[in-house]
Amino acid sequence: MIIKVLGTGCTNCKNLERVTREAVDALGLDATIEKVEDYAAIIGYGVMSTPALVVDEQVLVSGRVPKAAEVRELLAPASA
Amino acid sequence: MVSIAERLPTSTRRQWLTLAAGAVAWVTAYWVNGWLWDRFLYDALGMAPTDRLTETIHFFLYDTIKIALLLVGIIFLVTVLRSYMSIERTRALLGGKREGIGNVMAAGLGVITPFCSCSAVPAFIGFVAAGVPIGVTLSFLIASPLVNEIAIGMLFSLFGWQVTAVYIAAGLVIAIVAGWVLGRMGVQRWVEPFVFETKLGGQVIDSTAGLTFDQRIQMGLEEVATILRKIWPYLLVGIGLGAVIHGWVPAAFFTTYAGPGNAFGVLVAVAIGVPLYSNAAGIMPMVQALYEKGLPMGTLLAFMMAVVALSLPEMILLRRVLKPQLLAAFVGVVATGIVAVGYLFNLILA
Repeated sequence: MIIKVLGTGCTNCKNLERVTREAVDALGLDATIEKVEDYAAIIGYGVMSTPALVVDEQVLVSGRVPKAAEVRELLAPASA
Repeated sequence: MVSIAERLPTSTRRQWLTLAAGAVAWVTAYWVNGWLWDRFLYDALGMAPTDRLTETIHFFLYDTIKIALLLVGIIFLVTVLRSYMSIERTRALLGGKREGIGNVMAAGLGVITPFCSCSAVPAFIGFVAAGVPIGVTLSFLIASPLVNEIAIGMLFSLFGWQVTAVYIAAGLVIAIVAGWVLGRMGVQRWVEPFVFETKLGGQVIDSTAGLTFDQRIQMGLEEVATILRKIWPYLLVGIGLGAVIHGWVPAAFFTTYAGPGNAFGVLVAVAIGVPLYSNAAGIMPMVQALYEKGLPMGTLLAFMMAVVALSLPEMILLRRVLKPQLLAAFVGVVATGIVAVGYLFNLILA
């Protein structure tokens, strides 16, 4: 599984990355987490509000930092 | 680590009860704030209410709690309400609009759209890709920080509706006119070329559509925590300075140097305000204390607008999409607008 955190270094982007890492660890997923900071790449996903969470090229969250439990729920189907 | 919101009860009934309990606690705290410090300082510690030092300490304690309560309430409400709008919806509304009407709409939408300046670059590219004219996009980018809902709430609580209405109207006019003027200047050539080459991929994701009420409440709580964590040092310094000004600076001091008699008052206020960068909430205690000492409201509004509208971090971000010429024109036009508003309101509100 490839997880991407879209955002350019603002506080919320760091928070989203942290929450995502927690969720991945909690679920024991085999996933790589990448940070995407290039504007053209971010826009390429149709995202105008950062931070955003992209899992296997699908945008799941944009413009907010979900709580860890929500990220676990979002990632759970992918782990099965 | 668990966020605050995760400890919230999940069932709807308990959630409403929690919200109602929160509202009651808020009102009670706001209501007993002054009384409590009276009892504590005058009765428990036996300090004299008329003593200057006591007055300063009382002002500081009372104002800290009052401002903190106002901020918590206002930020929470604003964030939850704003979560029903999104930058993506604003983009759709502005797409294909001509200049003029587009500038007016963009300024209005700039006020109500949830927008973090950290998203300024993707938003700018997204707007341009949707065919929104540059001048209209700039109207949005000017209005968004300039007419800030948290500032609206704070101004309303501290100074009443007239000052608040003046602030909103002035901010909108500046955003509309500045965006329109910049658009007329043919600024396309001063936008970095990559903006026009970048295409928005696939489907645009609406960031707030389909959120549950639960998630909106959670966003409100997180936003309160995020903003307070960021601004509390500025807030304490601001309230501290406010308390010192309140207790120790003679009223004649400011009116002599920056009062209505000083023709350069507004210019100086804007010149000081532009390099300063703070959240609108952070400077409100200072504004309040200076107003008490007789500084004209126009000068104070100009100062506040200069602080919130033009900030170095946002300029550095916008430099990614705007060439230096346009960035300079942007700062120049907005600063001129703020100065004009300051003088105008010193005349009207005097």
